Amino acid sequence: MEIEVLKKNVASILKIKGDVDLYSSPQVRKQVVSLITKTNKNLLVDLAEVTYMDSSGVATLVEALQLTKKSGGKLKLFSLGSTVKDVFELSRLDKVFDICDNEKQALEGI
Amino acid sequence: MTKNESSHIDTIEISIPAKPEFLKIIRAAVSSICQVMGFCDEDLNNVILAVDESCSNIIKHAYGGPTEKPIQAKINICRDKFEINLRDYGKKADLKKIKPRKLDDVRPGGLGVHLIKSVMDEVVYDNSLEQGNRLKLVKNIKKK
Repeated sequence: MEIEVLKKNVASILKIKGDVDLYSSPQVRKQVVSLITKTNKNLLVDLAEVTYMDSSGVATLVEALQLTKKSGGKLKLFSLGSTVKDVFELSRLDKVFDICDNEKQALEGI
Repeated sequence: MTKNESSHIDTIEISIPAKPEFLKIIRAAVSSICQVMGFCDEDLNNVILAVDESCSNIIKHAYGGPTEKPIQAKINICRDKFEINLRDYGKKADLKKIKPRKLDDVRPGGLGVHLIKSVMDEVVYDNSLEQGNRLKLVKNIKKK
């Protein structure tokens, strides 16, 4: 798994590539917590190149959502592939998260 | 011979150390087997998810963290279904405590059992063995 961070004025954009599972989700968590608490309270997560996500990956994003809300910021997910989208739907979290089609849409309203 | 036995074609066995870095080996094997069996993409992804979540639970709960002790997967390829038996030698599961949590409570964690039970046709926990646990997961084949 790889993580890229792009810092914009209004939000940090986190691009995750590869599988997010029990092995890699702690790395995502570390990055997410650091970005929200130290850099920018608004976080956009690009999931276009995530090939697999398990419940530990979903839990990491739930924690990020709670952290951003607590700090008065926003968290948005965008460009979810069907495999990842299915996990959010099965977890009934697809209505809890702000899920956008692409980066442009995610940046709107930030 | 029972109906189940008559539909059995092959058995594949894989063993990995119960460590998160090896879960992708189980996922890759399950993916390949489900492709050979003719599962549609949605069911294939669901079976991978259920097996991966089950192995993660073994690492976290049965073994209490990563260990060199094994997760043994015995996969029975049948004409009409995929069946996997996951064996561990860790702490015995308390079957009363294995249940999906309420999803209205939005919080990190605790989704694994819900996901497993949502996507598989049969989920059977067995803690009656002398040591450890066995989990049987079954997915019936819905051809492409």
